[in-house]
Amino acid sequence: MSARRVTVEACPGGPLLIRGADEVVSDDGTVGKVERSVVAVCRCGRSDRLPWCDASHRAKRRSRKKDD
Amino acid sequence: MPEARAYGDVADCLGDRDFQLALWILYELHYRGFEGVDDAAEWDPLLLVSRAGLERTMEHAVRELVASTDHAPPALEPDSDPAPQVVKALVQMTIGDGVSPVATFLRRRATREEFRDYLAERAIYHLRESDPQSFVLPRIDGAAKAALAELQYDEYGGGRPDRLHATLFARALESLDMSTDVASYLPDVSGETLASVNLMSLFALNRRLRGAAMGHLAAFEATSSLPCEQILRGARRLKLPDAVQDYYDEHVEADAVHEQLAIRNICGNLVTAEPELADDVLFGAAACLAVDSRAGQKLLTDWQDRRDRKPTGSGRAEAAG
Ligand code: FES
Ligand SMILES: [Fe+2]
Ligand SMILES: [Fe+2]
Repeated sequence: MSARRVTVEACPGGPLLIRGADEVVSDDGTVGKVERSVVAVCRCGRSDRLPWCDASHRAKRRSRKKDD
Repeated sequence: MPEARAYGDVADCLGDRDFQLALWILYELHYRGFEGVDDAAEWDPLLLVSRAGLERTMEHAVRELVASTDHAPPALEPDSDPAPQVVKALVQMTIGDGVSPVATFLRRRATREEFRDYLAERAIYHLRESDPQSFVLPRIDGAAKAALAELQYDEYGGGRPDRLHATLFARALESLDMSTDVASYLPDVSGETLASVNLMSLFALNRRLRGAAMGHLAAFEATSSLPCEQILRGARRLKLPDAVQDYYDEHVEADAVHEQLAIRNICGNLVTAEPELADDVLFGAAACLAVDSRAGQKLLTDWQDRRDRKPTGSGRAEAAG
């Protein structure tokens, strides 16, 4: 356990890549369980899957969901 | 008996089913081979010569297509560091002007049958998902190699065989009583779709084109999350089984990670290590966008043609919104 490395890598204009964490808590208290070896945490606030990035940062205009 | 065709009869190899099927079969010898075919056929000199001829024609056609479409990559500034320029260009090239028309169609209009068509068309690739790019691992080094291994580890389930992406796709097919045998989809798949799959093998199996292989990967990953979200909504609208939804659900999050890994950590580091690959990386990305958009167009045209032929068919031109 003590030898485990947790790293955070910032991607300009996009998410943070986090390696080695167990969970990520978002602003609203949602706890995201880390289930892959690298996760992307949203920094732009536009994701529908907070705390995770869903690539919404690259949509030019945010199309508000009309169908759910 | 199908009519025999000469090599010189091929006018547009990227849309020619016979041409692409021949190339696919030759490539398949390097992946899983065929039952009843000697495994040694993989290195049969005559077959390799045939493959090289088809590949030359294909590469030439892809370069022409890229140069003639709006997917042409930007020119690089020769006096400044190419790596950040390549990263920036890859981001710009993949932002595009919206979500793919195929994904939008699946989300809003596709019938259950059309959704199945889509899965059948994509099965050729997704049942072998990420395998081409694994051939590039021994051809690159350092930080780019570590990043490609990290991405592939995720594609291959992160140590969990039941989460292999190809297996997730197979489960989606099974949930709809569709075959999980790639060969069963070959009779109906379009030349354009075969071309999009062969393009990955062309880049990955020729060490000379390793930069293009990684640029292709970056464009592929960076244009996946948003469409997968649309396809997922289409699957929900049609109340398709969980296994279908699971595949696309996984890819929204996974490919948001892979986009960063592929653009920055793989392509950025590759160009830092081998600056002479900068143009190849951008060519590979442009080729992915151009060839895949042709395959998408072909799918949409075929769907429209089929709807036109049976105008009383369900869901004609109706948006489900
Ligand atoms: S950073 Fe990617 S969706 Fe927010
Ligand atoms: Fe995948
Ligand atoms: Fe991916």
